[in-house]
Amino acid sequence: MLTVECPECAATVELPADVEVGEILVCPDCGVELEVVGLEPVAVDLAPEVEEDWGE
Amino acid sequence: MRVGVACSRVRVEEKLIFQALRGRDISFERIDPRRVVWDLDGGGLEGIDVVLVRCLSHTRAYYLTRWLEGLGVPVVSSHRTVATCGDKLLTSAVLEEAGVPTPRTVAAFSPEAALEAIESMGYPVVLKPVHGSWGRLLARVNDQDAAEALLEHKSTLGGFLHGSVFYIQEYVDKPGRDIRVMVVGDEVAYAIYRQSPHWITNTARGGEPLPCPITPEIDRLSRAAARAVGGGIVAVDLVESADGRLLVVEVNHTPEFHGAAKVAETDIAGRIVDYVLEVARRGR
Repeated sequence: MLTVECPECAATVELPADVEVGEILVCPDCGVELEVVGLEPVAVDLAPEVEEDWGE
Repeated sequence: MRVGVACSRVRVEEKLIFQALRGRDISFERIDPRRVVWDLDGGGLEGIDVVLVRCLSHTRAYYLTRWLEGLGVPVVSSHRTVATCGDKLLTSAVLEEAGVPTPRTVAAFSPEAALEAIESMGYPVVLKPVHGSWGRLLARVNDQDAAEALLEHKSTLGGFLHGSVFYIQEYVDKPGRDIRVMVVGDEVAYAIYRQSPHWITNTARGGEPLPCPITPEIDRLSRAAARAVGGGIVAVDLVESADGRLLVVEVNHTPEFHGAAKVAETDIAGRIVDYVLEVARRGR
């Protein structure tokens, strides 16, 4: 199973098998939202905050 | 055939769309709007036959669709559709012009004129930001005290966007649900009820998706609303009024459908992809 270290709290975060770049994961320890920014190698960054113009 | 999918955040919807593309053996690439540079001299996108825009940000979708159309790349949905649906006032204007029934709506451009319009319409009314989604910043205004307070707050704290245009709509006493209809091209893909004890029934605000039959009236009004805003792939929100009217409230240009996917009896992502391929083949 792919794992990555949370950049906020250093917890180990598991990635789903069908993970895609751009997907959002939630750190199970600190609850921060992480954006998957790379797969080879796996990399995550803090996800951008929701903006006022986001939506449908 | 090579399809571009413009998106930054990959949600359930985008994963389903990617799966549908892979299932059809269609080559595709993601276009991250955060990395796009629109060079007004042209160029910047090679070898893409059609782009499906799935941006979370309305602003990025607005400019990206215009950029792509300028390059001659077919886009789903079009810049016209995105520009219209991203603005509730423009949406109401084209719906009215197309004869699509909507709740009574007025707009005003100062808090004083807005209060006058609200008083004239009678309480309750709903105040909505012209730009915005997911049911955010909607306010049901039950009396003059609330109207005055809200208008003062919006004009003082809301910046130019919330303080310079006031979109005021008749409050429709709906039966604990609204109806969300996805229109793909000129066909209704599905209809669902969004049930909630709260007057705001958006799935993003906890509305529960339930199957809804596509009646002839739902079919006709939804397709008329989709055509009025410019077509493509849109989600039309309808409400049933207590006096039996079916009214179109708004049209969304980049529909989410993770809730609907649980109850709709159609392969939503598959319908989207098939339509995008059809647009590419038509060349527009």
